[in-house]
Amino acid sequence: MTHLATAEASKTAPPEHEMKMEDVVPVINDIIERYRGTKGALIPVLQSTQNLLGHLPKEMLIHISEQLDIPYSEVAGVVTFYSFFTTTPRGKHTIRVCLGTACYVRGGKEVLEAISKELHIEVGQTTEDRQFSLEIGRCFGACGLAPVVMIDDMVFQRVKPSRIKQLLEPYYDTTQEGEDDGERE
Amino acid sequence: MAFRNYILVCGGTACESSKANAIYEALLAECKAQGVADEVQVLKTGCFGFCEQGPIVKILPEDSFYVQIKPEDAKELIAEHVVKGREVKRLLYTKDCGRKHARVEDIEFYQKQFRIVLRNCGFIDPENIEEYIAREGYVALEKVLFEMSSDDVIAELRTAGLRGRGGAGFPTWMKWNFTRQAESDQKFIVVNADEGDPGAYMDRSTLEGDPHSVLEAMIIAGKTVGSNQGYIYIRAEYPLAIKRLEIAMAQAREMGLLGKNILGSGFDFDIEIRLGAGAFVCGEETALLASIEGKRGMPVPRPPFPAVKGLWGKPTVINNVETWANIAMIIVKGGDWFSRIGTADSSGTKVFALTGKIRNSGLVEVPMGTTLREIIYDIGGGIADGKEFKAVQTGGPSGGVITKEYLDTPIDFGSLTKLGSMMGSGGMIIMDEDDCIVDVAKFYLNFSVDESCGKCSPCRIGGRSLANLLEKISKGNGELADLDQMIEIGEAMKKASLCALGQTAPNPILSSLHYFRDEYLAHIVDKKCPAGKCKSLISYNILPDKCIGCTACARKCPVAAISGERREVHVIDQAACIKCGVCFETCKFGAIEVR
Ligand SMILES: Cc1cc2nc3c(=O)[nH]c(=O)nc-3n(C[C@H](O)[C@H](O)[C@H](O)COP(=O)(O)O)c2cc1C
Ligand code: SF4
Ligand code: SF4
Ligand code: FES
Repeated sequence: MTHLATAEASKTAPPEHEMKMEDVVPVINDIIERYRGTKGALIPVLQSTQNLLGHLPKEMLIHISEQLDIPYSEVAGVVTFYSFFTTTPRGKHTIRVCLGTACYVRGGKEVLEAISKELHIEVGQTTEDRQFSLEIGRCFGACGLAPVVMIDDMVFQRVKPSRIKQLLEPYYDTTQEGEDDGERE
Repeated sequence: MAFRNYILVCGGTACESSKANAIYEALLAECKAQGVADEVQVLKTGCFGFCEQGPIVKILPEDSFYVQIKPEDAKELIAEHVVKGREVKRLLYTKDCGRKHARVEDIEFYQKQFRIVLRNCGFIDPENIEEYIAREGYVALEKVLFEMSSDDVIAELRTAGLRGRGGAGFPTWMKWNFTRQAESDQKFIVVNADEGDPGAYMDRSTLEGDPHSVLEAMIIAGKTVGSNQGYIYIRAEYPLAIKRLEIAMAQAREMGLLGKNILGSGFDFDIEIRLGAGAFVCGEETALLASIEGKRGMPVPRPPFPAVKGLWGKPTVINNVETWANIAMIIVKGGDWFSRIGTADSSGTKVFALTGKIRNSGLVEVPMGTTLREIIYDIGGGIADGKEFKAVQTGGPSGGVITKEYLDTPIDFGSLTKLGSMMGSGGMIIMDEDDCIVDVAKFYLNFSVDESCGKCSPCRIGGRSLANLLEKISKGNGELADLDQMIEIGEAMKKASLCALGQTAPNPILSSLHYFRDEYLAHIVDKKCPAGKCKSLISYNILPDKCIGCTACARKCPVAAISGERREVHVIDQAACIKCGVCFETCKFGAIEVR
C-alpha cells in the first residue's frame, strides 16, 4: 500500500502536527498558571496539554505533577482512567467510527472492520507512517444518518464498507485536505 | 415582520456536518447577488429534529419546509421563493402519505409533538441572546430575582411535578429543597451534560440550539438554593455545543445576566465549563463530581446524596440538561400548567432520540403518556424499507426491549419500568427483522463492560462473565445451562453493584431473554441466527444458477474475497470473507444467499 511506503522516512522526523517538547514547556507553564488556584485544575491542564502535543509524554506528566504539586501516581492514575488521554503519539488524522447504538444497528461494526482491514490497524492503534489513528466513538449526534465516521473534524454519514477506499483517499496524501461531504441519498 | 422573509438553516450537528454552513453562506451570497439582502434575514438555528431529512432549510412566513438542500440549491431558492414568491416544489418535503406537503404543521413528524424543552430549537439563532430574549427568555429569571421567594420557586416546581430527565426520575423540587435547607458557606449548581447513552443526543441538541435555556435555569437554581457558582460538565466530543455555550455565557455576562450583581439585584452567579474526558461512568452524579474535582471518576456510595454533600463536600444541585431546559417555562407558565401535561405519574414532556430502522429518525418531544405506537408509526413514519417491526429498545445500556404487544402502552417513568425497560435518557432504537436480539444484547453488554469503572466486583466480574456467555452463544457454542446462568449472574449484579451502571447492565439480557427466548434457543439448539447477523452462524454463498457473472460484487467487496471472470460464476473465499454483506446488497440478481 502506497501510504505505508513512507513509514521509514517519517519515523526520523516528527510529523509537524505535533509541537516539540522544548517549544511547548513555556506554553504549558502558561496554561498551568492560568489554572493555578482553580480547584480541580488537573484535568483541564491535561486536556489543554494533549490538545497541543497530540499526546501526553511521560516527561510532561512529571512536569505537570511537579508544577501542580500533585503526586505523579495520582496524575498517572487520572490519565489511565479517562479514555480521552493517551500517552502514545497519534496519527496525523484521527478516524473515529461511531459505534453508538443507531450506527451499530445500521452497520457501524462492518464499517469499522473494513477500515481496520484497509489500514491494517486495530482500534486504538496508529498506522506505521503516523498518518491515521483509529478509534471508536459513541454517538456523534447524527444518528439519523447512520452509520457515521468522523475523520478529524469532518463527519461522514451513511458510510458503506464498500466505499472505505474512496473515503480515505483524500487523507493519504499529506498535502491534500478532505473535501468529500459524505453521500446523500 | 421587519423582513420579507426569514430563512432558517438548521445548524445542528447532523445538518452542520452535511454542509449546513456552506448552504448558509451560499444563501447569504445569493441574497446579495439577487439584490434582496435587505429584505431577507438568513439565520443559522439549532436542530429542527428531523435529522433524517437534513440539511433542512425553513422559509418564513410561508413556513415552507425544504429538505436535503445542497449549497447549489441556494440560487433557485432565492430566485423562486423569495424574489418571485413561488415555492420550489422540487425541494419541498413531500414524503408523508403521498400528499404534497409544504408547511411544518402538515408534516406528521411534527403533528403529535409538543415542545417545551426544544421550544426554541430551530426557531432562534442560538448565538444571539436577543432572539432568546424575544421568546420570553430571562423572563423567569427576572421573576425569580424580584418577585418570588425561594419557597415560591420550590412550591412551583413541586406543583409542576417535574422529575429528573437524566434517568432516575427523581423529583426535582426535592433535590433543590435539600440543598436549600443544607447549612453551608458554599453551594454548587451542576449541569450534567455528559450524555453517556450511546444512542441519545437530545442534550447536545438542546445545548446547541438553545444554550440560554440552561444558563437561565442554572441562575434561577443558584438564587433559589443560595449558590454563586455553577459548573457545566460536558463531553469533549461536543465541540459545537461547547462553543455555543461559551458564546451564550459571554453574551449573558455582557447584558448583566451573569456575573456580579445580576440585573442589579445584588445576586452574584457565575458558571464554568468543564470537559468530560471520555468515561461513561462520569455521567453518574457522584463520579461526575469526582471528575470535576480532578480525580478519577469513580462513583461513591450514596447517601450522602450530592444535594447535601456534593462537590468538594458542599451541597450541590445536579440535574440533567433536559431537566434544566424545563425550568424557565415552569416559572413563566406556572407549575399548574406543566402538571396538566403528561400523566399523573410523570408530568411534562420527554424528548426521545428516535433512531435505528425507522423512516423518520430524529429528535421528538412528546407529552408523557404518548404511546410507543404513536411515536413509532405516526411520528416516525413506521419501519424503514418496508420491513417488519421487531422491538424497540429504550433506556440505552440500562434498559431493555419492548415488543409489538406493548406498543399501545402510554410511556412514562412507571410504565417503562414495569415492562422491564426504563426511561433512561430517552434513546429509542427501533429494531426490525434483520436485527438479532442476541447481537444487540451483546452490544450493550460490551458497552457496559468497557465502561465499568472496575471499582466493585459484581459489575466488573459479573459483566465480563455475561459478555463472555453472550459471545459464546453468538459463536454457536452456547448451551442451555448458559441461559439460567446468565439470569443468575444478572440478578446478582442488580443487587450487589455499587452504582446504577452495574445494577442496570444486565437489563438488556434479562429483558431480551424474557421476550425473545426462542431466538436465544435458535442460536443454542439449532446453531442458527434467524436474523442472519451472528457471523459465526452464517455464510454468504453465490448460487451458481443465478449468478450471471456481472462482477459487481467482486468490485464492491472490501477485502477482495470474491473471484471470477466476467460472465462466469463467481465464488466467495469463505476464509477471507468478513461477512460485511456488501455483496449481498450489491447483487441485483438475487444470486447471493445468506445461510
Ligand atoms: C452509569 C450512569 C450514567 C449516567 N449518565 C448520565 C448522563 O449521561 N446524563 C445525565 O444527565 N445523567 C446520567 N446519569 C444519572 C445521574 O447520576 C443523575 O441521576 C442525574 O444527573 C440527575 O439529574 P436529574 O435529576 O435531572 O435526572 C447516569 C447514571 C449512571 C448510574
Ligand atoms: S457498579 Fe460498575 S461502574 Fe458502578 S461502581 Fe461498581 S464497578 Fe464502578
Ligand atoms: S453481483 Fe451477483 S450476479 Fe454479479 S457476479 Fe456477483 S453474484 Fe454474480
Ligand atoms: S449512534 Fe452514531 S451518531 Fe448516534
